[in-house]
Amino acid sequence: MIAELGLAALWLAAALAALQLVAGFLAVRRAEGDMAALVRPAAIVQGALCAFSFAMLVWLFARTDLSVKLVATNSHSLKPLVYKLSGAWGNHEGSMLLWVTVMSAAGALIAGVERRLPERTMHATLAAQGFVALGFYAFLLFSSNPFERLPLPALEGNGLNPLLQDIGLAFHPPTLYLGYVGLSVAFSFAVGALLTRAVTPDFARAMRPWVLGAWVFLTIGITAGSYWAYYELGWGGWWFWDPVENASLMPWLAATALLHSVTVLAARDALRAWTIMLGVVAFSMSMVGTFLVRSGILTSVHAFAVDPKRGSFILVLLAIYIGGALAVFGLRAGTVAEGERFAPVSREGALVVNNVMLSAILGVVLLGTLYPLLTEAMGVRVSVGPPYFNSAGAIFVVPMLLVMAAGPLLRWRSDRLARVRGPLVVAALVALTVLAAVLILAAPGILPLIGLALGAGLLVASLLPLRGRSLRRLPLATWGMVIAHFGIGVTLIGISSESAFSEERLAALEVGDSAEVGPWRVTLQAVTPVAGPNWNAIEGVMLASYGGGAPVRLAPQARSFWTPPQETTESALETRWNGQLYAVLGKAADGQRWQVRLWWKPFVTLIWLGGLLIALGGVLALLGRVAHDLRRRTVTRKAASRRAELQP
Amino acid sequence: MNNWRFFLPLAVFAAFIGVAAYQLTQPKDEFVYSAMVGKPVPQFAMRAASSDRPGLSPADLKDGTPKLLNIWASWCPPCVAEAPHLAALKAQGAPIVGVAIRDRPEDVATFLARYGNPYDRIGADDLSKLQLSIGGSGVPETFVIDGNGIIRYQHIGDIRAEHVPLLLEKLREAGE
Repeated sequence: MIAELGLAALWLAAALAALQLVAGFLAVRRAEGDMAALVRPAAIVQGALCAFSFAMLVWLFARTDLSVKLVATNSHSLKPLVYKLSGAWGNHEGSMLLWVTVMSAAGALIAGVERRLPERTMHATLAAQGFVALGFYAFLLFSSNPFERLPLPALEGNGLNPLLQDIGLAFHPPTLYLGYVGLSVAFSFAVGALLTRAVTPDFARAMRPWVLGAWVFLTIGITAGSYWAYYELGWGGWWFWDPVENASLMPWLAATALLHSVTVLAARDALRAWTIMLGVVAFSMSMVGTFLVRSGILTSVHAFAVDPKRGSFILVLLAIYIGGALAVFGLRAGTVAEGERFAPVSREGALVVNNVMLSAILGVVLLGTLYPLLTEAMGVRVSVGPPYFNSAGAIFVVPMLLVMAAGPLLRWRSDRLARVRGPLVVAALVALTVLAAVLILAAPGILPLIGLALGAGLLVASLLPLRGRSLRRLPLATWGMVIAHFGIGVTLIGISSESAFSEERLAALEVGDSAEVGPWRVTLQAVTPVAGPNWNAIEGVMLASYGGGAPVRLAPQARSFWTPPQETTESALETRWNGQLYAVLGKAADGQRWQVRLWWKPFVTLIWLGGLLIALGGVLALLGRVAHDLRRRTVTRKAASRRAELQP
Repeated sequence: MNNWRFFLPLAVFAAFIGVAAYQLTQPKDEFVYSAMVGKPVPQFAMRAASSDRPGLSPADLKDGTPKLLNIWASWCPPCVAEAPHLAALKAQGAPIVGVAIRDRPEDVATFLARYGNPYDRIGADDLSKLQLSIGGSGVPETFVIDGNGIIRYQHIGDIRAEHVPLLLEKLREAGE
């Protein structure tokens, strides 16, 4: 019954999405009251129905209802409750339902609260949102029904992939989805504005919170995913340039560019067509990413829910939405009047450079990810890896970071470099000092060296906009920018330090033996069996001492899950302020000895700390913008009522 | 005024859709075939992997008779699955020589005692040297070698019932 309720709600939601599309379309065509009045309510009810449907699915997973196919193939009655719940979206069908749920909730929210745009633009926006949602409903209902029943209930479920039974991963996909789907709202806004030729600063202000929100979730999702891969896969790496990772990085790059161009549009009414273009591109990257991951068209280490049929379906959706939007762009962009002009040396100028560089990096990543696909069509097999991504990306990252250091100091419209020369020289001196110090103390590769120097310079430069201003009266959005830029510097230092100074040791240890890695001395104390709720493991108890200090206990495990049968490694981490010791217990080597892998990674944690700072910056900017909007709305309303009082 | 440049993104996107659609219709082939097919077997020196069969030397692969060179290991479950089909090939007159990868004599003996021994000779490739130089992608894997020691055909993965006539045909072709 629960499954049937969920399915019925899903069908109704799809019908309302269709209504939203048709009513919105008619309202834009003829601006008549009857149809127009339907658009917002349709979006809100659609959101509620979809949320209900998703709640039903989660309930099925909580009860482990084994008569439902999805539950039987992905869950197990013995699993801890939190992983039962996260199992609801840890599979293809459930994750697509989560996708449309978030999407319709976002649609409901803009329908409910967004009032500053012309009503016609809002109708076009909501119609676009309904159109996009409709495709995903069709996808769910016709080819990936999450509520399908089994003819005979299963006796026991298959279980969830043990690698996914991790608290980090329970929340990593929904976070990324919030980001992907938030970009769908930006996409709908862009299409709506383009259709009604209303590309205005107001449009930019309406779109900005959604871009910011999506960007924050993408940042958190990528940071969490990277940390998960780092400690769970046991390879000691934190980024592999795998297609699935690139699929999340590309929307982030596009959203970052969009975030900055939308600010130019909101503040200065410039970059109109470019902002629209980015709004379309950002969402296309989300969909291209989903397509690449789900179709199995590229070989990935974490191929996920791969099925060529689903791939064709997503490709068709992609062709309709993105192709349609780009066609409208081609037809309409010429008619969007050119925005305000500005001098090359100005805040806008710096933001344009930032946008060009980000787009170039996006192009580099996209090309590298799709290149195997292109050459395979010509019968040549290649794989593209870190040497390409790191060096080709750096060509654009370095100038972008240089401009990022100076940009926030420049005035809008027109400025002179001489005016900001003083503070920039300070930042440059810091960077050069670090460069010299690193060259003298160690001789890392050229990229880590540049990274360390630039990172240090950025830390200083990112704080420069604070100078000479009252910290208490500084707008929240400016704090957000400062913290996010500071976070970029922090992450950059973490990345460079990890690649420059990491030490690795692979040793076969008998119980009682020691191995050294960097400043650490690690002794294998014991190897004991341990048991968990749905796994058992051998645990290596190690004592690690830093520079001869008091020893700390580490206990990496090699786990064997039995539902489904799979072996995983649980690495053990010891975090200090200046880095992390990373230990993995491997197989038994000949008889009495155990393979142990140890890494000492100085300042590696800065990578994720920086990621969190970037996200925090986004949150502050979002809060600042929303609070400002709310205040402005109150002021406008009060002014309107005052005017009404004065004119009897 | 309409500018053709505004259609450039659409053109790029259409190209992507075209390539992706084409790729989706292509059968996915995950095998990486050896570049050594058509070339002579590389030089190697091996000890015998088992006490009841002689070892393998490069000269044994150039004795004028085409052979199957089966790369396997006692620790490999698909090799167990393929054992009856190797026996069938042997029964139909195919000469088979084996190379055991990273294996111990006692494990090889146990495996052969339990699942049958279709091999005329078995060499031990303890460090996967031959496996790598011949362009093997894993175990089990079977190469057709002609009478002059030239690699004529590569079969990746375990041999199933339907592959038996195919391999016999390849062996016949190699003898022509």
